[in-house]
Amino acid sequence: MSVQSIAFSTGQLAEVRRLQGLYPDKRGALLPVLHMAQDTFGYVSLEVEEYVASLFGLSPAHVHEVVTFYTLYFRQPRGRHVVAVCHNLSCHLAGAPLILAHLKERLGIDVGETTDDGRITLQAVECLCACEAAPMMQVDDRYEMNLTPDKVDRIVEALR
Amino acid sequence: MSEKILSRNFGVKDSHTLKVYRETGGYTALAQALGREPAAILDEVKKSNLRGLGGAGFPTGMKWSFIPKNHSGPVYLVINADEGEPGTFKDRYLLERDPHALIEGMIIAARAIKSALGFVYIRGEYVEPWRRFTAAVREAYDAGYLGQGFDIVVHRGAGAYICGEETGLISSLEGKKGWPKVKPPFPAIKGAFGQPTIVNNVETICCVPHIINRGAAWFAGLGSKTQGGTRMYSVSGRVTTPGVYEESCAITLRELIERAGGVSGSGRLKAVVPGGSSAPILAAHEIDVVMDVDGLRNAGTMAGSAGVIVFDDTVSIPEALMVVARFYAHESCGQCTPCRESTGWIYKMCHRIVEGKGRKDDLDTILDVAKRGAGTTICAFYDGAVGPYISYIEKFRGEFEALCQR
Ligand SMILES: Cc1cc2nc3c(=O)[nH]c(=O)nc-3n(C[C@H](O)[C@H](O)[C@H](O)COP(=O)(O)O)c2cc1C
Repeated sequence: MSVQSIAFSTGQLAEVRRLQGLYPDKRGALLPVLHMAQDTFGYVSLEVEEYVASLFGLSPAHVHEVVTFYTLYFRQPRGRHVVAVCHNLSCHLAGAPLILAHLKERLGIDVGETTDDGRITLQAVECLCACEAAPMMQVDDRYEMNLTPDKVDRIVEALR
Repeated sequence: MSEKILSRNFGVKDSHTLKVYRETGGYTALAQALGREPAAILDEVKKSNLRGLGGAGFPTGMKWSFIPKNHSGPVYLVINADEGEPGTFKDRYLLERDPHALIEGMIIAARAIKSALGFVYIRGEYVEPWRRFTAAVREAYDAGYLGQGFDIVVHRGAGAYICGEETGLISSLEGKKGWPKVKPPFPAIKGAFGQPTIVNNVETICCVPHIINRGAAWFAGLGSKTQGGTRMYSVSGRVTTPGVYEESCAITLRELIERAGGVSGSGRLKAVVPGGSSAPILAAHEIDVVMDVDGLRNAGTMAGSAGVIVFDDTVSIPEALMVVARFYAHESCGQCTPCRESTGWIYKMCHRIVEGKGRKDDLDTILDVAKRGAGTTICAFYDGAVGPYISYIEKFRGEFEALCQR
């Protein structure tokens, strides 16, 4: 991604100003604007951090500190889909290790990696708070619950 | 079984819409509250014995009364919807299935504390709950419930358990990494953006319309002597029917497990985590405890977020502790040395114990490190890690020793 291509559209800039206006200090809108930036540019590169910093009058170092603190901001290109398997206690008791092993084998990648075709990034994550439906995982925006290896196959198959 | 109050609409089609909420008595408490003085609302909530349902169990009315009386600037109401305590999922149900209950509760609470602006901090992973709640806020604006002296900003987090801790949440809301702050000053004195702020859990505020509608005495009578109301227990692990169970705060753990269909797996109980992973574990013989804040405190554990995780006797306690220790190592924010260092090293030791490479003195080292660090950090995160470290090892030491032969 070239530095020049990192800019929000006029409409998006209006949305940034709207978000900033919701908070007593416009910096409150930093997390929401970073979500927007990630949705727009794919991931939060150092250039994106610098661009977002400029929209807030913040130092790029502050934005970097924020981006690196949270798990949902990607600092490298990710796959078209992110599959995040919960490996916390209730999911562990319900077989999360099996689900994770199955996915690794099926996708031919380890946790934290992306398939060669750029289709799927695999993650193991802490409690997603859907323990009543363990084992479970998040696929992009969706929660997929009560997983079995067969169900996982069908879900992964449908991801393009 | 208790009367369903918070979850009464969960089975109703389109319960998340304004239409259904109104048809089932929604926003009638607000109409009443608008006719009452702020002090009268606060008094009602005080008398109801409502205690915070996010983790600490602090009396809600008392917290509200800490807002300085002579303050001339803004006061903020912040709702903690960062639900992240392992084993807890009730706020997700409330946000998705009854979002207007939270909005109505917020407007009433705001009147009591004289706040014109509220924030709802929803964990970043909760995309569907965020969409549902945002749509409900839009409906409430269109209907004129919001925008008449009280506004709500819906804020999305970005993945960090520590932002559930109220001062970490405030840092995050202010556009910073979610580092907790030293208390005092408590948020009620100096909170979000430097102003007096009340932070309450989703479920806590969802109780408020019912307290106004049906009275403090009724609400207090639903629970135990020192805690009013019902609460939503998230029950998971080795039970036949995992799910959210709304029950009186005066229910015992044994009864609650029965409500969830009893122990699954082998059918024989080994242990229970009673209030989210940060609550010290209870052994099978300790489940006749009352599940209110004081009952569990007297049993040496805590009610926490009411996330109940059941272990049958095939569950390996050392392996469970390793999973829990991995969580605390991953989520420590790194600000305080005892927490940052101990969580990492204790996870490594738990890992090697489970791999059969534990040393005989590992257990005492973990206990020593855990006990020294407890109470020395800025926030209660580390105390929440120490709870499982100590209780799992002390109550099930034999299981650990069997793995530490070197
Ligand atoms: C590490 C840590 C994590 C917490 N996570 C949550 C949470 O996810 N949701 C919540 O409501 N409270 C959480 N709390 C408790 C909050 O600090 C605070 O006490 C609560 O939101 C106050 O609301 P309440 O009085 O209505 O319970 C957490 C506390 C700690 C120490």
